[in-house]
Amino acid sequence: MSSNADIYHEMIVDYSRNPINYGEIENHDVTFHDSNPLCGDSIDIDMKIDDNKVTDIKFHGKGCAICMACSSVLTEITKGKNLDDVRNIEKNDVLSELGLEHLQAVRIKCALLSLKVLKSALYTYIGKHLENSEDVDKLKEEAANLY
Amino acid sequence: MQSTESSFENLRKDFPILERTVRDNKHLVYLDNASTTQKPNQVIDAITDYYQNHNANIHRAVYALAEEATEAYEKTRDKIANFVNIKDRQEIIFVRGTTEAINLVAYAWGRSHINEGDIIVTTEYEHHSNIVPWQLLTQEKRAKLEYIGMDDNGELILDDLDKLLATGKVKLVTFSLMSNVLGTITDAHKIIEKCKAAGVPTLIDGAQAVPHMKVDLEQLGCDFFAFSGHKMLGPTGIGVLWVKKSVLNTMNPFHGGGDMIREVHKYETTWNDLPYKFEAGTPNIADVVGLGAAIDYLTKIGMDNVREHEIELTKYAIEKLSQVKGLHIYGTKDISKRGGVISFNFADVHPHDVAQIIDEEGIAVRSGHHCAQVLMERLNVAATSRASFYIYNTKEDIDVLVNSLNTVAKVFKL
Repeated sequence: MSSNADIYHEMIVDYSRNPINYGEIENHDVTFHDSNPLCGDSIDIDMKIDDNKVTDIKFHGKGCAICMACSSVLTEITKGKNLDDVRNIEKNDVLSELGLEHLQAVRIKCALLSLKVLKSALYTYIGKHLENSEDVDKLKEEAANLY
Repeated sequence: MQSTESSFENLRKDFPILERTVRDNKHLVYLDNASTTQKPNQVIDAITDYYQNHNANIHRAVYALAEEATEAYEKTRDKIANFVNIKDRQEIIFVRGTTEAINLVAYAWGRSHINEGDIIVTTEYEHHSNIVPWQLLTQEKRAKLEYIGMDDNGELILDDLDKLLATGKVKLVTFSLMSNVLGTITDAHKIIEKCKAAGVPTLIDGAQAVPHMKVDLEQLGCDFFAFSGHKMLGPTGIGVLWVKKSVLNTMNPFHGGGDMIREVHKYETTWNDLPYKFEAGTPNIADVVGLGAAIDYLTKIGMDNVREHEIELTKYAIEKLSQVKGLHIYGTKDISKRGGVISFNFADVHPHDVAQIIDEEGIAVRSGHHCAQVLMERLNVAATSRASFYIYNTKEDIDVLVNSLNTVAKVFKL
């Protein structure tokens, strides 16, 4: 991409105007909140999990167009997946969907805030259902290495 | 120096960075001066000259270089005294910046003067540096932190202060002389008058005010005053804390180490004279010299002229930005009550997206919460875009900004 402003293509603007899966799930099985200390962007993700599968997912919060578009795409990718597959979602799965692979460093955190929230929500959920403490440690390590 | 627009236009040549282009060969339009300012050759040269010709540690050695370095360092203290009208140079302490200055007060004064149940008062439009140190202190001491609220015009509600002072528990009132987000100039005289009547000391965060208007500490009559060098053409990492001598004499040291002592024995130490008691370790000598050059530069222009130039720019910017459909400016539109800082939001477009799109035109504006999340909460926004001006900005800079907003409108189909 030649210019940084090129990232504001139709899809990003549309998603930011009309986000997908925006809202809250009242009887969620897990919820997580996080914010970006640099810019104040703030995202909550609620998930409904049945039979090891994400049957519903919604997000809400405040963020820039990049943050909102990536949150929309991420929730679309996640919905219907089983937890192992969600655990394997990588940042490029989100970025490539929106042509943001070359996003400058300062904006990457905007794009990946929702992924961080999703993973934290997932680990919270899995952690609660884990019995073996070794697995919990492994999980923590995986979470710490996300970024 | 004449206070004409052409003479301000002329001084742009002193700032080498303004000649460069950014992004796609666009002229740099630097509008983030509330964050930090650019440096003139005079400041850059002073620092280079110090390192090339005079570098030595100060205050101790007797050789020629050390004498020159000490003289250059101490000369800046006198320049500061003249610049903001301080009668006693021993009251001037060099620190890293406003943040360190306020933390020094919270530590070295706060820990021996604040007790359980006491109240410290700050305001809703403070920078985090004038909130967090007081949260740390009040939490440690089981004291309370209270706020002077802000009205919808971006001005402080002084009735809140009256109510708090009436409790008899207030031990310090701290506020910025100019908001870094809204540009509001605080009515310091009124606040200090009220506090003096109640026997309560006051601390002023002058980080935004000192670079942009004439400040006279003798006339203000506060007890503590802090500001930063890098927001007034000086280098980063150097700032000033001023404390009234009678208060300074009641304070314990901040950092222990070299230079702040008179005699050190195995188990006890006596302190050096003021202000050195509060300047432990080898200080930031080169940047103190740089700050001295910045003060010379501003003194030559005249702070009243600086203020006048910024009033012109701010008036022009508010007029032009107000014509942009969907653009909302925060704070008062009364120029006499605000400095050259304009925070705005453009329709429903997030400030980060605004900043990124206009960055393509070479424009540097700040987007985000500006280290003032308490204020963002009060305004009920996550972030704003902020344009802030200084001596080298021109009306053309503002035109470029206003035009670039058309691109934002186009991208976001406003």
